Amino acid sequence: MASKFLLVAQREYLTRVRKRAFIVLTLAVPLLLAGFGVFVAKIASSDNDTTDVVEVRDDSGLNIASRLISTPQLRFETATGTLAEAKKGFQKAKHDGLVYLPAGLDVEKPTGVQFFGKGNISLKKQVAVETALNKAFSELKMQKSGLSQEQLDRLRSKVDLQAISLDETGKEADSNALATSGMSYALALAIYLFIFIYGVQIMRGVGEEKSSRIMEVMLSSVKPFDLMMGKIMGIAAVGLTQFLMWGLLSFGISSVVLPLVTKDDKPKTEVAATPTTAPGAAAADDEPRSAAATFDKTMEKQGQQSNPAGRLNIFSTLSNLPLGTILFGFIVYFLGGYLLYGALFGAVGAAVDDQTDTQQFMMPITMPLILSYIVGVSVILRNPDGPVAFWMSMIPFTSPIAMVIRLPFGVPMWQLALSIVLLILGFIGTVWVAARIYRVGILMYGKKVTYKELGKWMFYKG
Amino acid sequence: MKPILEAIDVRKAYANHVALSGVSLAIPEGSIFGLLGPNGAGKTSLIRIITQITGADEGEIRFRGEKLNPAHIAQIGYLPEERGLYKKMKVGEQLLYLAQLRGLTKADATARIKQWLNRFEIKEWAGKNVEDLSKGMQQKVQFIATVLHQPSLIILDEPFSGFDPINANLIKDEILELRKQGATIIFSTHRMESVEEMCDNIALINRSRKVLDGPIEVIRNQFKTNTYEVEGVGKPIVTHPDFEVVEQKARENGHFYIRVQLHEGVRPNELLRYLINSAGIEVEAFREKIPSINEIFIRRVSETMPETLVEETV
Repeated sequence: MASKFLLVAQREYLTRVRKRAFIVLTLAVPLLLAGFGVFVAKIASSDNDTTDVVEVRDDSGLNIASRLISTPQLRFETATGTLAEAKKGFQKAKHDGLVYLPAGLDVEKPTGVQFFGKGNISLKKQVAVETALNKAFSELKMQKSGLSQEQLDRLRSKVDLQAISLDETGKEADSNALATSGMSYALALAIYLFIFIYGVQIMRGVGEEKSSRIMEVMLSSVKPFDLMMGKIMGIAAVGLTQFLMWGLLSFGISSVVLPLVTKDDKPKTEVAATPTTAPGAAAADDEPRSAAATFDKTMEKQGQQSNPAGRLNIFSTLSNLPLGTILFGFIVYFLGGYLLYGALFGAVGAAVDDQTDTQQFMMPITMPLILSYIVGVSVILRNPDGPVAFWMSMIPFTSPIAMVIRLPFGVPMWQLALSIVLLILGFIGTVWVAARIYRVGILMYGKKVTYKELGKWMFYKG
Repeated sequence: MKPILEAIDVRKAYANHVALSGVSLAIPEGSIFGLLGPNGAGKTSLIRIITQITGADEGEIRFRGEKLNPAHIAQIGYLPEERGLYKKMKVGEQLLYLAQLRGLTKADATARIKQWLNRFEIKEWAGKNVEDLSKGMQQKVQFIATVLHQPSLIILDEPFSGFDPINANLIKDEILELRKQGATIIFSTHRMESVEEMCDNIALINRSRKVLDGPIEVIRNQFKTNTYEVEGVGKPIVTHPDFEVVEQKARENGHFYIRVQLHEGVRPNELLRYLINSAGIEVEAFREKIPSINEIFIRRVSETMPETLVEETV
């Protein structure tokens, strides 16, 4: 019988991977991802590279202009000429703005300071200018109250917060919440998409066999269970092939193309070329990259200088994650979740005659899947050790997504073991139920099936 | 002849109805066997047990004396009433797949597929998708799939429904050829007249029970009523204690048709002599009225379970 199971799986696999749609999708997605990556990298680097130049016309006599500190993102220059001339001048010079400090400005209560910009002024620019002005006024006030320039220089400080995670044994590891969350998110998304896309394929495959009336021919050769499992496994192989191809192609494209596009931006190139830890997970491949981009932007928004140490922190975080456990867990939950849901999707395909009737039976299957994804990325990601996270990572219907979200944050061994045992029991259970519905349903035509009916099918004799 | 297949007191019940109750059959090897009965009588249930799609609740099926087991799948070819093919698969690949599932090696299957496609003159269709084929073409492919693995028992459920007349004849010829090569064939149908001239043996099934089985000639003789049909010209006035006219039809120009029942022990020659000599009739045709399987079925059912007849006659 094993050979028949293999024949069925082989057919399911070959007929699908040879389809034009499969080949196109396999090639197109990494290209799109790469294109998207290039786009993001371009935007991010152009954002970083440009320096806003703001001219300052200081009529206050308080010498504020000399106290404004330029950063790589924002440079202050002294404007020349009258205010009217300066207004024209900064636009002519293609500078980004003009700060006007009017005469008779009160240090204690500086009102009337104006900022002229080209067109609309972005909030980011306004905040940066305000911050610089505030600093300048504070220093001026401090100096007036008797502090020397030397003392002022000493007062300037810049804090770089390094987050360190302590595990149970007290071992320290660099922790970057963003990198860890990015990993969690990517793993969950990969499993969610995989179950959904290929689960529906199982359902449609069964439906096709039923509507083309080949089922009875098949059943006189193959046991229903072999037919069902052959289909589930064959389609799983299709999915794995696609994900693997996506992973390899994305990696290939990003390591060839991205360095060319972002040649001058060394650290970013490294990020882009980071190999994935999860095999075949294209989404996982993309996530650290965009996480890094977000990270860059966050740092920028805080008005800090671009800090290479911050990027290194991501790498050390990633390498400090329990990668072995994550990989193992990902594969277990990936396959376990797929089998559990795949069998149910197969049963739905067998139970209904018409594809349009599938809706009512799809609901209870897709609900826990969607729920675990939504709750996963909102609640569990924020509190990976909370009660919601715990219970959802135990229930077999939600654990494939809930648990992989928790994995990068570290999960106690006993919880992981218990969850896997429950998942295995869960999929044995659903496969059993599905096989019974399948066995009866595939030969049932022209009958509107109800839940009550499905319940009866459980107990039909062979 | 030794039976290739025996059913011994087979019972099968579904949630709401009994499909088979105590059906026993023996199908002689090398014969064409008609499994006949109205829709819903239990034919398909019996076939699904024989093809191991389902199992019997009670009773046993024996294939060449052995209890039916998965190894026998390779020796049975089955064309279900619900027949279909994978629409998006090429004809050649599809046949190869189905043959391999029946236990053929790839090389054997490939050689035989070529042979059959040549035989049906559809060689050039091997590389086409099934959905691009006409219905008649698909039927040929379905038939090939049924017999490709050279089964010794071929089961055809409603074999000629949906087949166009040309294909039906082609399939009939192929079936007779396969029988000549030693295969046993089971026809299952509710259209009894469509197979009765081909069958050697039949079993009649009604309402989950077997009502009659045996060699078709024996059954026919058993149900003969000593009735004769006469066509001729003249006045068919029969006044004789030995004969009784049960049906009479007048036709144009003095032609007529009558059906005459002979009383017990009366020979047909006596009727003929009477018609020619005494009644002065010009006899054009004279033949024994052989009951059709359909008539036998109705008579048998009305004798044994008259209450079911009204709703279930064909």
